[in-house]
Amino acid sequence: MAKDLSQGVSIVGGTPAEGVCTSNSSAVPPITTVIEPSRGWVPLKLSQLWEYREVLYFLVWRDIKVRYRQTLIGVTWAIIQPFMTMVVFSVFFGRLAKMPSDGTPYPLFVLAALVPWTFFANGLTLSANSLVHSSHLITKVYFPRLLVPLARVLTGLPDLALSFLVLLGMIWWYGLLQSRPALVWLPALALLGFVTALGVGLWLSALNVQYRDVQHAVPFVVQLWLFATPIAYPSSLLPGAWRTVYGFNPMVGVVEGFRWTLLGSGSAPGPMVAASALAALVILVTGAFFFRRVERTFADVV
Amino acid sequence: MTDIAVRVDNLGKRYRIGIRRGADPPMLGEVISNLAATPFTKLMGVARRFWTRHTNGARPVPPDPNDLWAIRHLSFEVPRGQILGIIGPNGAGKSTLLKILSRITEPTEGRVEIRGRVGSLLEVGTGFHPELTGRENIYLSAALLGMRKAEIDRNMDEIVAFAEIEKFADTPVKHYSSGMYVRLAFSVAAHLEPEILIVDEVLAVGDAAFQRKCLNKMEDVKQHGRTILFVSHSMQPIARLCERAILISGGAIVKDGPAVDVASAYLATSLRTNAEQAWLHPNTAPGDHVARLRRLRVHDESGNTTETIDIRQPIGIEMTYDVLDSDHLLWPHLIFYNGTGLCLFTTFELAPEWRGRPRPAGRYISTAWIPGNHLAAGAVLVDAGLRSAPPPRVHFFERHAAAFHIVDTPEDNSARGDWVGDLPGVVRPLLAWNTTWQKQVEPEDG
Repeated sequence: MAKDLSQGVSIVGGTPAEGVCTSNSSAVPPITTVIEPSRGWVPLKLSQLWEYREVLYFLVWRDIKVRYRQTLIGVTWAIIQPFMTMVVFSVFFGRLAKMPSDGTPYPLFVLAALVPWTFFANGLTLSANSLVHSSHLITKVYFPRLLVPLARVLTGLPDLALSFLVLLGMIWWYGLLQSRPALVWLPALALLGFVTALGVGLWLSALNVQYRDVQHAVPFVVQLWLFATPIAYPSSLLPGAWRTVYGFNPMVGVVEGFRWTLLGSGSAPGPMVAASALAALVILVTGAFFFRRVERTFADVV
Repeated sequence: MTDIAVRVDNLGKRYRIGIRRGADPPMLGEVISNLAATPFTKLMGVARRFWTRHTNGARPVPPDPNDLWAIRHLSFEVPRGQILGIIGPNGAGKSTLLKILSRITEPTEGRVEIRGRVGSLLEVGTGFHPELTGRENIYLSAALLGMRKAEIDRNMDEIVAFAEIEKFADTPVKHYSSGMYVRLAFSVAAHLEPEILIVDEVLAVGDAAFQRKCLNKMEDVKQHGRTILFVSHSMQPIARLCERAILISGGAIVKDGPAVDVASAYLATSLRTNAEQAWLHPNTAPGDHVARLRRLRVHDESGNTTETIDIRQPIGIEMTYDVLDSDHLLWPHLIFYNGTGLCLFTTFELAPEWRGRPRPAGRYISTAWIPGNHLAAGAVLVDAGLRSAPPPRVHFFERHAAAFHIVDTPEDNSARGDWVGDLPGVVRPLLAWNTTWQKQVEPEDG
């Protein structure tokens, strides 16, 4: 009886799905992706970073948008940090400890160093924690992981620009604002600071995925590094030959370079900056390769 | 022409699992001493691993008891335009497979070749940030899922409209209701246009209406000839959308074939009761001195025992019992439940030759036929009982003695028609419909 019913009430023929499925044939040969286990050191695949540039753009854009949301004084925070540090340093090191400052007013001397330093320190801290904080992305969607720490360092650029304007204002207020040929080096020095922050950030962020010790070590490392860099004091305290060796701390070149280009203090720190650039490049390249090498385990461990 | 979109060859993924023993929560002292010892034991471990890697790296590594192969020796191919369902119990390796295919994690061995642009949806709202507005999140999420900015700009209004959040497009999503959030997330996903789409259980979230929207969208995608790899726990969408399915269990492919068959095989193994149950010993079989139940089985029209039955086919429930004491008025009956435990109906034997007639001792086989196009798709459990009166007595009653699955197919005629979405209800009769038509509607006056 049931059979009769189903045969008697014939509604519509088969679904159209089968016919449509085969209709789409693309003329362009599709891109082929091969997924294989990688061993040892792997290439950086910088072309892939370019391919994913829009993702980088949106990651930076997101961080900048979110950064000062739901804060009372917003972007002022970008200025307060170096400015207040300058005030404290000026009182204790400049006024009380009578720290030498290569013949420039001590507050200017400190702020010119603190502007690139703050960019570096924030970039380093943010990028070191970037992978751990992006675990929700790393375990759910594919994109070159290098973009994560890179985006975090780039996020600091508007803050750097803003605090740089404050620095220029201070220099003007002291009546020392003048055009110098050395100023052409400024973008290169900023780039050096960026490379250093990114290089160290790559090392630390990759290590942080496996060993959360990094998270606890970062504030401490930043603090030690601050005192190992001539911010409160001039590098001229060191005997001449040692200054170049000192320059292997990449931030030494950045800080002294900033002072020299903006304030004209001291002599051109050529060898020092060269040493810094070399050190920064080594950190960046090794950091990038190390990052790529351990990248394959991120999603499993984070 | 067989155009292969995805080729998986001998794929394997090993995880290293840490040994953690002891079910009891450790005492505080133990926690502190462990905390104090941890840095040393961990550092020693790192040093040891470093040492072994650099001293005998060339030697083959012996199998480690801490190693766990989430999947191993997995090989299959997906032709372009096919929708492949991937099913299996929890921990079978489905998610690991999807993560490898989406390039989130690397395989330990083997190779995958994917031809075409891949988009993968492993969660709802990839990359959403609570502080950003709906519109901002569309940019972020779509970019992460592989859309170009120009494409996002072009589709923006459509995405907002599809999600039905026009009024809140510029409100931070942290103020959204969960429904709005899910709609927005799905809308972004729905506007992706990859050649190969990898979807993981996205349908598991959201309400029935949302799931229906998802299924319809998937059906839409299917019509555009795209390749889809679709993982789900729920068999209904798999059986409905996919031509083919693979069943993964313990990290290996257990069954590969037409989706309906694989889904039924999976359901059959996940049911604890079988389509047939027999009691071999006359003394231990359920019953008393009057009658004992010897066998209960579910079979198809041609008498073959089967666990899964096409919704359009009649189902036979055969009850074999021995009457040991003559001259009782016996009433065999069956009670049916669906997978949620809801009682569907009860049926008493209506064989005219035995109605109201005392039965002589001997073996009886009573079969009840459930017509095709009668019950809704899903699991059905059967109780078998035998009563007599007067006085009212129960000779045996065997709860959930047998079970079977009714499976739904999108082909041919069923009460589903051409609808592919959710079909609620416990019965699914094929009704006679009558639709009249007239070209012009007369204006009703007065």
